[in-house]
Amino acid sequence: MAETAISLRGLSKHFGTVRAVDDLDLDIADGEFFSMLGPSGSGKTTVLRLIAGFEEPTGGTITLGDEDVTDRPAFARDVNTVFQDYAIFPHMSVLENVEYGLRVKKVGRAERRKRAEEALETVRLGEYGARRPHQLSGGQRQRVALARALVNRPKVLLLDEPLGALDLKLRREMQIELKAIQREVGITFVFVTHDQEEALTMSDRIAVFNEGRIEQLAAPVELYERPASAFVAGFVGTSNLIAGEAARQVVGQEGAFVIRPEKVRLEAAAPAPSSEVCVAPGVVREVVYLGALTSTVVALDAGPTVTVTHPNTDTTIDAALERRDQRVVLTWRREHLVSLGSPDPATSPEEETA
Amino acid sequence: MGLLLTPPMLWLGVAYLGALGALLVTSLWSQNDFTGEIERIWTLDNFRSLLTVDVYRTITFRTLMVAAVVTVVDAVLAFPIALYMAKVASRRAQRLLVIAVLMPLWASYLVKAYAWRGMFSADGPIAWIAQPFGLDTPGYGLFATTVTLAYLWLPYMILPVFAGIERVPDSLFEASADLGAGSWQTLRRVVIPMAFPAIVAGSIFTFSLTMGDYIAVKIVGGTTQMLGNVVYDNQGAANNLPFAAAVATIPIVVMLGYLAAARRTGALENL
Ligand SMILES: Nc1ncnc2c1ncn2[C@@H]1O[C@H](COP(=O)(O)OP(=O)(O)OP(=O)(O)O)[C@@H](O)[C@H]1O
Ligand SMILES: [Mg+2]
Repeated sequence: MAETAISLRGLSKHFGTVRAVDDLDLDIADGEFFSMLGPSGSGKTTVLRLIAGFEEPTGGTITLGDEDVTDRPAFARDVNTVFQDYAIFPHMSVLENVEYGLRVKKVGRAERRKRAEEALETVRLGEYGARRPHQLSGGQRQRVALARALVNRPKVLLLDEPLGALDLKLRREMQIELKAIQREVGITFVFVTHDQEEALTMSDRIAVFNEGRIEQLAAPVELYERPASAFVAGFVGTSNLIAGEAARQVVGQEGAFVIRPEKVRLEAAAPAPSSEVCVAPGVVREVVYLGALTSTVVALDAGPTVTVTHPNTDTTIDAALERRDQRVVLTWRREHLVSLGSPDPATSPEEETA
Repeated sequence: MGLLLTPPMLWLGVAYLGALGALLVTSLWSQNDFTGEIERIWTLDNFRSLLTVDVYRTITFRTLMVAAVVTVVDAVLAFPIALYMAKVASRRAQRLLVIAVLMPLWASYLVKAYAWRGMFSADGPIAWIAQPFGLDTPGYGLFATTVTLAYLWLPYMILPVFAGIERVPDSLFEASADLGAGSWQTLRRVVIPMAFPAIVAGSIFTFSLTMGDYIAVKIVGGTTQMLGNVVYDNQGAANNLPFAAAVATIPIVVMLGYLAAARRTGALENL
């Protein structure tokens, strides 16, 4: 792995009895696009604020590069933040906002101007320098916040749900632009989101947070294909949990298993038995048209309800809808099953779409 | 809707602007020197003497200076207090401080002015403190007037500035620190510019209240005269209402100019 940009050791932050961050160990590599994913209140923002220096940790250390910055104030840390509400100075023009970091660091006027204009160019706002913040759209404001942070060429850029306020289309565009900018400037991005799709498409690695701890830390593919717990399986993508008696019947094994909806096939009749394939008969309860996909909910005879998705290629939606209340057989390859080890019913989410 | 608005509009039109209009009209009349009767003949004599007689020019200038100094002193005192109240103090302390700032407003104006008379008296606390240093109380005069007025109007400055600073989101403080600014830089580049309209809003109070004041001057001003005294003396002892009205138009004109200037800073949205 490349050099370490951020290293957290035993980091904790308690608010009264709430353990917002609980004994966290984490290393983020130089130039990495690192995402923190998790439900509301899981401590993502708090981790970011600890790294930026807005909160004092209850315990543990924060190292940036090879410097211990745990006791340093925010203004003396070589990181910049893109705030969730953008925090753009309303009394300054766009250009003045972007220049701010250079101005307080006493960078000369000409150089300051040049770098600020470059940064605005990078976020495709070259023409907007003279505008006032209130004359910008949400997406443009977000890009000003990004330029204002990038212009300082920090080692690390912290982004707290920067796309949260944008509509879906703009969000998709900004995701692609952000990723392109990150590749261009090559700084470490620490990106907080609770949109799992956003995390999966953009990140080199993702940490899934739950109650102040990391549930799983992995690359997107691994996170999706090999979730380490029912919590991760439920939070990242849709998943079908098969556990207990159902596992014994369908899988033929003790334990808890997860199967992704797109890995399951819907058949009219049971295929020839094989050790490679699991077979589970059931009744179609619901057919949901999703545009590119059709999602079918099947109640298995063995108990659990399983969601199956398949692309809308050749069959018409009418044909799919006709299957409601019909008996079907679900099959999937055994190798697609993810074993979660011994199940913990308390944390198993219901079949859930995050 | 129209019916609902009628009484307040009538009040504004008749009682408020009407009184002002009457003032202006009166200032264009004159007083008979022998009988003391008001003569309803249009004349600009009152304004002519205001502009030409040295005493009135001096008093006008003095009043404006006192108003300016009081405003600056109040702004300088109010800013750190308001900043502390808005962004440093805990919620509980904040509530207590707001009450503490408002409290003097519940006490009678006269009591407070006389309290300062006591402070400045020859055997008062100021003399007592100054004595070991071989100094004496400055006594009654312009200085005491300025101090007393600055004290009296301080809450009118603190409250709008407090509200103005409180409206600056915490994330702007954090963004400033995040971009490398220390507390002083953040204060200078973010807080003060953003609080400036609120300071101007507060200054409208301190400036206009000082310009119209005549009681504090009477109590702690010694022989000092301000515009308020001139108005008071002319309609009281001299019973020269037209001249008093003419004098009273000075603060009005000054304040109209002041408001026009303040409007450009966006201060009027802070009232
Ligand atoms: N200043 C604070 N005082 C008290 N509790 C706090 C404070 N800040 C955060 N918390 C608590 O710490 C926990 C973690 O909060 P945090 O803001 O880090 O969550 P998050 O993962 O960013 O959530 P979201 O996705 O909703 O932004 C929450 O339970 C929250 O209530
Ligand atoms: Mg958050």
